[in-house]
Amino acid sequence: MQDEFETMRASGARAATRARGGAIIAATAFLAVLVIAAWAMAGPAPRVAKRETAATESAATKLEVRIKDFAFQPKSLEVSAGTTVTWTNTDGDTHTVTSANGAFTSPALDSGETFSQTFTAPGTYNYFCALHPHMTAQVVVK
Amino acid sequence: MSTDIRLDHADSREAPAGDGIDRRGFLECMAWAGTGLLWTVSGGVLSSKSIAEAAAGSEVPGDFSFAQISDTHIGFKGEANKDVMATLDLALDRINALKAPPAFLLHTGDLTHAQKAGAFDTVDQRLKSVRTSRVFYVPGENDVFADGGKEYLKRYGAGTLGSGWQSFDYKGVHFVGLVNVENFKAGGVGSLGPEQLEWLARDLEGRGSSTPIVVFAHVPLWAVYPQWGWTTADGEQALSALRRFGSVTVLNGHIHQIMQKVEGNIRFHTALSTAFPQPAPGTAAAPGPMKVPAERLHEVLGVRDVTFVQGRSALAVVDSTLG
Repeated sequence: MQDEFETMRASGARAATRARGGAIIAATAFLAVLVIAAWAMAGPAPRVAKRETAATESAATKLEVRIKDFAFQPKSLEVSAGTTVTWTNTDGDTHTVTSANGAFTSPALDSGETFSQTFTAPGTYNYFCALHPHMTAQVVVK
Repeated sequence: MSTDIRLDHADSREAPAGDGIDRRGFLECMAWAGTGLLWTVSGGVLSSKSIAEAAAGSEVPGDFSFAQISDTHIGFKGEANKDVMATLDLALDRINALKAPPAFLLHTGDLTHAQKAGAFDTVDQRLKSVRTSRVFYVPGENDVFADGGKEYLKRYGAGTLGSGWQSFDYKGVHFVGLVNVENFKAGGVGSLGPEQLEWLARDLEGRGSSTPIVVFAHVPLWAVYPQWGWTTADGEQALSALRRFGSVTVLNGHIHQIMQKVEGNIRFHTALSTAFPQPAPGTAAAPGPMKVPAERLHEVLGVRDVTFVQGRSALAVVDSTLG
């Protein structure tokens, strides 16, 4: 799962680079979008254009989750692809931020310690504390 | 002093050669002493008297005692206790001050705090100073969460099966150590799992119902407070297998406070931690290390001595605080 996650992160970075192209590229892209939009009216959603938009919006996005009273706050966090989420443990006990499907995990976080994870692919990422499994939450990547 | 701790399972992991334990040997009768209160449970009624009062009548031939410590959390550095080594040493001093050494020591898990580097080494080093013949362990979630129990089993897996479960006999009492902290799932609680439950059924099979049973595990086998994860998902299945026995004592840790419950012939006892207290169920927003005034810390940490008296259905459970 870790390899898959790294692959998703690389894909997001490439999308962000493309979005920082110059005016010529933007103009070309505009035409392309028109073409894609016309195509989209009769077919599936324009996946390439949509991914670039999401990556652009999220390039500088950082969000925080607080761990307090044996709970992740907020319990559900909706972010754009490319967002970096940082967890801060404010409890007196140690916690972890561990993906329910094994995609990622933090080390043991003592009070005051933080952990960051960048989410590059859309999806719902359920996670919990591996020491206190009743602590559950999710990050929803749009 | 000789030893008579008999392990029951030829297929368990081999103990390292030269560990100094004669499992077929013999251990003379034990007595207990200490500070705090002696709790005697008989027919579901608890009575207490001071250790000083009880000590005079404790040296009955055939009796023995063992000690329990729990939740030493070596590596913890939070506000609730800045020096968990000092309080562990105090607990061990209490055990070493007993008039007669306990037959053995049970550690009911969370030896380390989150498997901090060097914590297992420290525990090993400190427990060498205990005047007893042997230490039996079961893991807490803090001992296994990071590596699935590899380090724990490497150190303490000798003579155990699976994730570390085990049983042994001592002077007619059957002891069963269970592991209920492996494979935590999101939103779940600790469990024993089908393989361990099947082993337990086989382990108990054929034993007379009059055999006294002592079960020890980290997380309570009964539903103390499921909202905080203080329960074992399939604990009831284990208890069902134990109900036919006339005397069952269940010793747990995990919740860092003394709670006792009697259910038929099964008596449940949770133990104090040597590291830090936790709030009573539902009295705080969450579980976790509870900071108390420094002068009160030793009053909420402790050790346990358990005395078995032949012919009595109940074990005398003595919880002593460090204060």
